[in-house]
Amino acid sequence: MSKISSAFENGTAFIGFLTAGDPTIDKTVEYILAMEEVGCDLVEIGIPFSDPMAEGVVIQDANVRALKHNTTTDDVFDIVARVREKTDIPLVFLTYINPVFFYGYERFFKRCAELGIDGIISPDLPYEEKGEIKDIALSNGVDVISLIAPTSKQRIQKIASDATGFIYVVSSLGVTGMRSEIKTDLNAILSDIREVTDLPLAVGFGINTPEQATEIGKIADGVIVGSAIVKIIEQYGEDAAEPLKEYVSSMKKASNE
Amino acid sequence: MSRGRYGEYGGQYISETLMNELLYLEEQYNHYMNDPDFVEELNTLLKEYAGRPSLLYYAKRMTEDLGGAKIYLKREDLNHTGAHKINNVLGQVLLAKKMGKTRVIAETGAGQHGVATATAAALLDMECEVFMGEVDTKRQALNVYRMELLGAKVHSVKSGTQTLKDAVNDAFRDWIARVHDTNYVIGSTMGPHPFPMIVRDFQAVISAEAKEQFLEKEGKLPDAVIACVGGGSNAMGAFYNFIEDEDVKLIGCEAGGKGIDTPYNAAALTNGKIGIFHGMKSIFNQGDYGQIAPVYSVSAGLDYPGVGPEHAYLRDTGRAEYVPITDEEAVVAFEYLSKMEGIIPAIESAHAVAHAMKIAPEMDKDETIMICLSGRGDKDVRSIAEYRGVDLNE
Ligand SMILES: Cc1ncc(COP(=O)(O)O)c(C=O)c1O
Repeated sequence: MSKISSAFENGTAFIGFLTAGDPTIDKTVEYILAMEEVGCDLVEIGIPFSDPMAEGVVIQDANVRALKHNTTTDDVFDIVARVREKTDIPLVFLTYINPVFFYGYERFFKRCAELGIDGIISPDLPYEEKGEIKDIALSNGVDVISLIAPTSKQRIQKIASDATGFIYVVSSLGVTGMRSEIKTDLNAILSDIREVTDLPLAVGFGINTPEQATEIGKIADGVIVGSAIVKIIEQYGEDAAEPLKEYVSSMKKASNE
Repeated sequence: MSRGRYGEYGGQYISETLMNELLYLEEQYNHYMNDPDFVEELNTLLKEYAGRPSLLYYAKRMTEDLGGAKIYLKREDLNHTGAHKINNVLGQVLLAKKMGKTRVIAETGAGQHGVATATAAALLDMECEVFMGEVDTKRQALNVYRMELLGAKVHSVKSGTQTLKDAVNDAFRDWIARVHDTNYVIGSTMGPHPFPMIVRDFQAVISAEAKEQFLEKEGKLPDAVIACVGGGSNAMGAFYNFIEDEDVKLIGCEAGGKGIDTPYNAAALTNGKIGIFHGMKSIFNQGDYGQIAPVYSVSAGLDYPGVGPEHAYLRDTGRAEYVPITDEEAVVAFEYLSKMEGIIPAIESAHAVAHAMKIAPEMDKDETIMICLSGRGDKDVRSIAEYRGVDLNE
């Protein structure tokens, strides 16, 4: 078992996402540490990709910004190395599978093990294709985080029973992005999953306000926020540390109200 | 390993949100393809509406001029809407309708697949939205208006390279939000399983007809079948029923653009590497860290940084051969066929014509070649004039 479970030991976990290299490599290191300082329990680091198919415009734009100055997979590993000098907060990669495939699964996960990456979330690797990386990731101590969507239905059983780390529950249909309202019956999905597994369940996609965090925090073990954080980085560029801290601390607090 | 594999290629590398829908699509597809009423309805549409079977035309002047193998053109350009795309679209839209969907979406490059989808949607009374890269909406403005005339809504895609691959991205993004009422009518033998199989099966009518037509006209099968390859649907359709006939050479023509040793081409099978993108493991043009590369071709329909998984497999097994054709060679072939046979081919199809022009003279007179003439060239007249430096607005 990886360090991931420790993220769920301080009440409802707050999980923050940002795209590596947006706006710069140095700033990504700074922003991860800033979020941790104010109570972020786990950070998802997005490896930039040319074609982030599951992403809404906010995160698409972050990928464009990161790739404009050529942020590479090796740069992302450098970011992790620098973060690891300061903290052992659980870290997971959010990455499309092609950059990992291209880097070479062996080489990629060996690097993850060396640097203390705890998990990987790949939006284009459903249960049927998990075999691509499952064994090699686990043997390097990296959990392959499973996603469960509102459309998963009868698939929940096999996905959840094979999951490790935590389960990423997708709150709604569609791509990532901030939503004013989440209509899915999350309670029903969460209880279906809990019948299969004791793993922590974190809900993401669309969450951006403290009210939503409070609501999700009551029923889930973790609240995942991506687009709203990336939006702050988009807005404040190199000066986003303070606004990020303010936002993350308010969201961590709201998640536990 | 998942279903829908062609050797190591294929698979279902897609968001969990879409997985049940893909499984449902496969199940419904299998159900309806075994339903004689559905098959009958589709065949009637292909015959009465699209104009099938398409002609197998002996290109006499071209044959005599090149002085080698006899050249036949499989005239997909004569189909309603002017390309092979309608074969696939009638099948997929009819299937969507039977599945109870009320809306279809599609990506398009040249606009041919978008036009075909808009057409079938009008015919079958479905809502239709088409995603098209902004660059392509400019290259093919006439097709944008054509789709609108047919009642479709066209989204101009401004992300990434603003071409076909970005249109595919946005179509998937739309679908993931509206799986309940929408089918994604994908335009080529690509994407996650079951799409490459479904599109191939609906396009296989090309080689099924051609086989009979050849036996009737020549008493034997062709020695070579040549088709252009974007995502690979007209080529898969033209190859499929000949795969078992090992004496028939299968040749796919990719967009060599300004040359395969320049960055300006879209020749995935020549220059690409294995990767995972758009739901499939296949061959893609990509950069150092697996970023999908921007590609280029004079032909919007071939301007795609990858190829369908079954082609990757046919290449690896040696059953088919893939060659790059440059812009210049394709444009010369475009002009050649126009003057020689009075047939203006789509610039995509002209890539296949160009290769026939290279190999026919080396072949014996009793040998035969079939070129899949995937579409007609009206849509390309403006861009070819531009390529030749002719200003049509003067
Ligand atoms: C006339 C024509 N031929 C060929 C293609 C390429 O697609 P495919 O490789 O799927 O046949 C297109 C695509 O737009 C087209 O319009």
